[in-house]
Amino acid sequence: MTEQQPEAATAGGDVRLTGIGKTYGDFTAVQPLDLTVPQGSFFALLGASGCGKTTTLRMIAGLEEPTSGTVLIGGQDVTDLPPYKRPVNTVFQSYALFPHLDIFENVAFGLRRRGKKDVKKQVESMLELVELGQYARRKPHQLSGGQQQRVAVARALINHPQVLLLDEPLGALDLKLRRQMQLELKRIQTEVGITFVHVTHDQEEAMTMADTIAVMNAGRVEQLGAPADLYENPGSTFVANFLGQSNLIAAEVTGSADGDLLLSASGVRLAMPKARCATDATKVYLGVRPEKITLAHASATGDIAEGRNRLQGTVVDSSFIGVSTQYVVRSEGGQEIAVFEQNMDRDIRIAPGAPVVLHWNPAHSFGLDAAQAIDAGTGEAAA
Amino acid sequence: MTTTTEAAPPQVVPLEAARKKRRKLTAYWLLLPGIAWLVVFFAIPMVYQGSTSLQTGSLEQGFKLTWHFATYWDALVEYKWHFVRSFSYAAIATVLCLAIGYPLAYTIAFKANQRWRNVILILVIAPFFTSFLIRTLAWKTILSDGGPVVGALNHLHLLALSDAVGLTSGHRVLATPLAVVCGLTYNFLPFMILPLYTSLERIDPRLHEAANDLYARPFTIFRKVTFPISLPGVVAGTLLTFIPASGDYINAQLLGSPSEQMVGNGIQKQFLNVLAYPTAAALSFILMALILGMVTVYMRKAGTEELV
Repeated sequence: MTEQQPEAATAGGDVRLTGIGKTYGDFTAVQPLDLTVPQGSFFALLGASGCGKTTTLRMIAGLEEPTSGTVLIGGQDVTDLPPYKRPVNTVFQSYALFPHLDIFENVAFGLRRRGKKDVKKQVESMLELVELGQYARRKPHQLSGGQQQRVAVARALINHPQVLLLDEPLGALDLKLRRQMQLELKRIQTEVGITFVHVTHDQEEAMTMADTIAVMNAGRVEQLGAPADLYENPGSTFVANFLGQSNLIAAEVTGSADGDLLLSASGVRLAMPKARCATDATKVYLGVRPEKITLAHASATGDIAEGRNRLQGTVVDSSFIGVSTQYVVRSEGGQEIAVFEQNMDRDIRIAPGAPVVLHWNPAHSFGLDAAQAIDAGTGEAAA
Repeated sequence: MTTTTEAAPPQVVPLEAARKKRRKLTAYWLLLPGIAWLVVFFAIPMVYQGSTSLQTGSLEQGFKLTWHFATYWDALVEYKWHFVRSFSYAAIATVLCLAIGYPLAYTIAFKANQRWRNVILILVIAPFFTSFLIRTLAWKTILSDGGPVVGALNHLHLLALSDAVGLTSGHRVLATPLAVVCGLTYNFLPFMILPLYTSLERIDPRLHEAANDLYARPFTIFRKVTFPISLPGVVAGTLLTFIPASGDYINAQLLGSPSEQMVGNGIQKQFLNVLAYPTAAALSFILMALILGMVTVYMRKAGTEELV
């Protein structure tokens, strides 16, 4: 959706990467990729560590020289410009605040380098924005992690960059503070209207904050889109597993009817809309998110509406986590399937060992090419 | 009433208290060897020297404590040029050490890869494997009249220049201020490089990237980030170079002539040749006081208290 922006559109803070790639000797950190980040958007590069997301960000900042391709910021080719000549600023992982300068001077650093007037006024109002006014004369090490993080944001934002780059800015904070800062950053972004490019390995963080997410894997962009779009229509097993959790069921296409594909999964007949299948192959994975599945006790099979996908199985495990209960069900085909049920009308018969029927709306299924690894993106980094 | 309580005090409490007290004392016991060392080798000699400096007499008639403070004034007047030379040679050597040491330490810390880093560090420390005396004697050969340095300087007509400014004289290097400064610089260079390296090596390279990102050019990054953060290393290095260099006498003795003598040579002469112990002791105290004063002013100026 963001790839085909017309050239004439306000190129103010657009970041346009064309064929940009990076190799270190034999190792390819980033495969040549094209990416356009539209002006004013909150864009997330999401991926596990080592997927090339930070390298991509550093190439935009100018801290890493691309092996191929060009970087355009607001229509200007900056590929060969050093970082200090680029209209971008970076919030570094673990902040990189200057330890010998106080908070005021840290924030004033960029203004002073460019010989700006009324530094005092600007710094003071910027410190107000991040609510650190009274800490102006403290040294960075006297501040808490969350406060240092805000200084790092203020130090970058005060320069009014066309693009703000954030390299895992919340990685060092504890969970509660991270949630708080996510909202804070989102608020600041809406307030200043600057393009944010945010690198993270935390899929929840990316989904909470970003308008557009590029999911990266092994130096490539796997898929690009709005958070809900990526979640509902993953295009690869990596995205399906990395963004949330997915059940992938191996199946074979047997025919089609009324825009639906008819499938057979070890003899069980299933269906999904043709439009939601990302491949033309006959061997596919049918994917369904755990929260889309409803559980019914085997004796209640008759109550299930017609036209829903069904699988028979046995409950292997259940864990109660408050808002929902998470079940693991072993299907007749021997596959373990995760199911999240809201705790509304719990059927007490559904307990480990109970025979159950899993059923869901075929429209909630998605289809992926079975030539891919079924467990891509399930590593611990995805947690 | 009172007698009964005193006769049968609760047994447990004093035992507990005693144990607690003993545990508290452990820390002090551990300090004992260090304190003993300081008392025997620092405090007692200092007091002894202090009293010596205020004595009068001679070796034959014996020395007597007469609180003769005039010795200090006489020593200062007699050796004022020695002091001037000591501090100016040491200052020049310190500046040279900084000029040579900083780029080297910077290279080791930021530019060299792990293997080269170790190689260069070993090379920096390598001179310590031979004695101070032998290293200085080697410089005597290097700077000798027929040696390569004099030849090269002559060839470049630089000796005429250094003769003119008084660094050398008579177209020779040995037995001139230049030779003494060279010796001091060489001998104390590692004491400059090592603290500089330690302070530079600790700097997070991301700070350079952050400064670069915030519109600082490479030289500005050095001026505004790298150098200020390495200041504690600069202070430590200059102190470790300047203090021993200003008290040194070997370099002046071996590489200089009588007109390059430093305070150390004066103390040595008064103590070993003239056997005027009070004058030697007074000179030592004056040297110590002057260094202490200079260091205090320097540390204040450098403003490093909050950086360390």
